[in-house]
Amino acid sequence: MTMIRFHDVSKIYHIGGEEVHALDHASMHISPGEFVSIIGPSGSGKSTMMNIIGCLDVADSGEYLLDGLPIEQYSERELTRVRNRKIGFIFQNFNLIQRMTAEENVELPLIYQGVRTAQRRQRVREALERVGLSKRGHHRPTELSGGQQQRVAIARALVTEPSLFLADEPTGNLDSRTGNEIMELFHELHERGNTLVLITHDEKVAQQACRRIRIFDGRVEEVDG
Amino acid sequence: MIFQSLKMAWSAILSNKMRSFLTMLGIIIGVVSLVVLVSIVSGATDSVTEQINSIGTNLLTVRITDDKENPLKLSELSEIAEKEEIGETAPIAQTGATAKSGYTSDDITVYGTTGAYYNIQGLTLAAGRFLKKSDMDNNTYVAVLNQTAAEEIFGTTNVIGEEISLDGRGFRIVGVLAEEESAVSSLTSGTLEAYIPYTTIIRMADNIFHITSFYASSADEDSMDAAESTLKTWMLERFGNDEDAFTIINQSALMETMGSVTNTLALMLGGIAGISLLVGGIGIMNIMLVSVTERTKEIGIRKAIGAGRASIMMQFLIEALMVSLMGCLAGIVLSVGILYLAGMAMEEMSFHISMGVVWVAVGFSVLIGVVFGIYPAGKAAGKPPIEALRYSG
Repeated sequence: MTMIRFHDVSKIYHIGGEEVHALDHASMHISPGEFVSIIGPSGSGKSTMMNIIGCLDVADSGEYLLDGLPIEQYSERELTRVRNRKIGFIFQNFNLIQRMTAEENVELPLIYQGVRTAQRRQRVREALERVGLSKRGHHRPTELSGGQQQRVAIARALVTEPSLFLADEPTGNLDSRTGNEIMELFHELHERGNTLVLITHDEKVAQQACRRIRIFDGRVEEVDG
Repeated sequence: MIFQSLKMAWSAILSNKMRSFLTMLGIIIGVVSLVVLVSIVSGATDSVTEQINSIGTNLLTVRITDDKENPLKLSELSEIAEKEEIGETAPIAQTGATAKSGYTSDDITVYGTTGAYYNIQGLTLAAGRFLKKSDMDNNTYVAVLNQTAAEEIFGTTNVIGEEISLDGRGFRIVGVLAEEESAVSSLTSGTLEAYIPYTTIIRMADNIFHITSFYASSADEDSMDAAESTLKTWMLERFGNDEDAFTIINQSALMETMGSVTNTLALMLGGIAGISLLVGGIGIMNIMLVSVTERTKEIGIRKAIGAGRASIMMQFLIEALMVSLMGCLAGIVLSVGILYLAGMAMEEMSFHISMGVVWVAVGFSVLIGVVFGIYPAGKAAGKPPIEALRYSG
């Protein structure tokens, strides 16, 4: 049983009249509980792959099956639901809402799920505890260090208990020590049985995953870890 | 979800207080002008209507311009008064005279009429009696003064039984009228007035020979039109079917005209205020569009973590609605204050906020919030998540 299956997926961008093959007949698969890194240099198409996996973008051709179901068969409402409940995003630049406190940022996906206030508070507290930020709940992103911001983002991703975590260069904006701390959090998530897809250009980071998918000029070469 | 949207909108409004206030200002000004202008017009209408009502809305005034060499007689007026639809009739003639008592003299307006005038005009006596039928029959030299005349000439209103000389003829004072407190009578309150029997004024004045105008009242206020048509029929018959021989002025018709004038005025001023409200609404749309662009990234983040099209739409729509409703509320509060101050400044008029216009203002504000919020909200909701996330601004 595979969770994610790409079959001949292509995505073409038109930039200044030129066609850029972000993904060129890419095929790969990821099983539940796997910790996979997608590695490639910048511009190789790895972010495009993540956006397609995360249902933020759609492929031009080819087939993407999520939990055995082709993505075209999901309605917009269902895609929203998938992003909300099944996937936890972690971005390179954290993508926290600046005018909201850490707690409010973590709370947001639960609000969209329609979780009740009391339960929401409880889960937000637990999520911030798991990333070691229980004392920073009332701080705004600007009052937090980069590492702390990324932990808030991870808390926001894990508060919904998604089955799949998608991390796009999560350590890219951090120094190596805080980067390692973040990676430890990922290992913890993996040990708890979550599926992790980590996108990076950093060989050292990629090696921490159980399996590596190498991508170059939009073409996929799988590497066993 | 609604509560959460309200909370989000509130925090968005608070995060940019100055801008939110300036946006609201458009709505505030619109609502204030709408509520204040309409309330002032309706307040003025009310007070004018009240004053006209105090004269009596069952009053018909008849002026005869061409008597066909066959003038009306007093007995004919009584004949009219006997008709079912007509209440009472009273002739009226007026002349200027010099009033004298002892060493005091003053110009006075002398009205010649009958006892029925008292009821038709709704007068009240401060002391004594008004003219009676026997005064007509005997052409007696009796006079009823208004309060101003008594005070100016005698220095007191306690003048029953005193003698007054009008153009050299001696009159016995039999009554004094009470001062009326309506704005219309206040226009004439400075004048000195004396009422004497109609038959006496004809003898006294050398330019009054017969009845040229008279008042008639309808049997009751609802039968004004019937009374008018009865009177008209009678007059046409009397003056050889010549419509130009006389004119009948209907007090209630005056009221209706007055009402339609003020309604038009209220509608016009309300319309102008409505335009400023509309401009305020465009201000909201403008700011919402800026806000949507500024928050493109936020929209992207929200969509990535599971906000649907509907949630985003709702968030921005509620924000627009909240701005316009808060502006509306502030505008209403401000209007109450302004009307209170206006009421203090102009004592004779009472301005109370009319609930009707408040509801119109609230309804209009909601409409504006929705109409001008829906486009920016739709624009926000329609942003593709990936493009919104990539936005750096």
